[in-house]
Amino acid sequence: MTDLSNIPRRTYFLVYLALMVLLAATVGATFLPLGPFHLAISVVIAVAKAVLVMLFFMHLRHTRGRTIFLILGGFLLLLILIGLTNIDYFTRVNGLPMVH
Amino acid sequence: MSEISMVHDERTSIEGEDFEHLSLETQSMGMWLFLMSEVMFFGAVFAAYIVYRHAYPQVFEEASRHLDLTLGSINTAILLTSSFCMALAVNSAARGLRKQIVFFLLATVLLGIIFLGIKFIEYSKEFSAHLFPGGDFQYPGSDPARAKIFFSLYFTLTGLHAVHMIIGIFLILILARSAWRGHFTAERYAPVDMIGLYWHFVDMVWIFIFPLLYLIGPK
Repeated sequence: MTDLSNIPRRTYFLVYLALMVLLAATVGATFLPLGPFHLAISVVIAVAKAVLVMLFFMHLRHTRGRTIFLILGGFLLLLILIGLTNIDYFTRVNGLPMVH
Repeated sequence: MSEISMVHDERTSIEGEDFEHLSLETQSMGMWLFLMSEVMFFGAVFAAYIVYRHAYPQVFEEASRHLDLTLGSINTAILLTSSFCMALAVNSAARGLRKQIVFFLLATVLLGIIFLGIKFIEYSKEFSAHLFPGGDFQYPGSDPARAKIFFSLYFTLTGLHAVHMIIGIFLILILARSAWRGHFTAERYAPVDMIGLYWHFVDMVWIFIFPLLYLIGPK
């Protein structure tokens, strides 16, 4: 791992600023007539915020080797969990069991 | 004292010294392994959310309007700020600045407590509006039975998140005490790094909870 003491405070502040701008953007977008794009925009912004937090606050930018493989493996499992669950439900002819 | 009993004594310590022989990188990898198991834990609830939102999109959109967008947005800003303070605390630890570690850790805790306070206000509003999916659930919209699913997911996700916040606050307070007593140096600060990772993870969960629950469809 790289020496974290060399990272200037300014970097953290700029990332924080970017996160706040993205928050304002995602809240602002809900007041715009974007039709079906609301979901896509809010998910893209959320992923962007999460990536910023991971790269800079959790210093993945300075992390190498097995830790990265471990994290990628974890997200692959998450993809399988969410993906296969939803492939099942999305392709059911009778939909979900009825809620009364 | 023999070699073996020294090792044993170290392992009975509560402040993490039992892992001191490991590099910071190895310790942070262990934390990431735990966090990925947490990703799967929250991932299961998010998977359920996607299934039901896909099945009942209009119901979810309507139910979402009963949440307080203003308080939710303020809370998101507060949590991002607390993560920023935590990042500075870890940075201070890497630089060996004892008092700054304590200052930024306490700022993180303060913001975390404000977040929970606002969350409590939101919850009490929703409980008095009978939106908690319990016995006296009353929903003014068109499809109460399905809206109940939205509120179940809302209380599950935000409740699990709040539990993680409470645990995090206790961990940071213990950490701040250790930092104050000078237990960390620029070479040895793995506990600050690891609890920092945990706090950022909890922040990241909220980054997804917020748009998926509060920001559905146009206002």
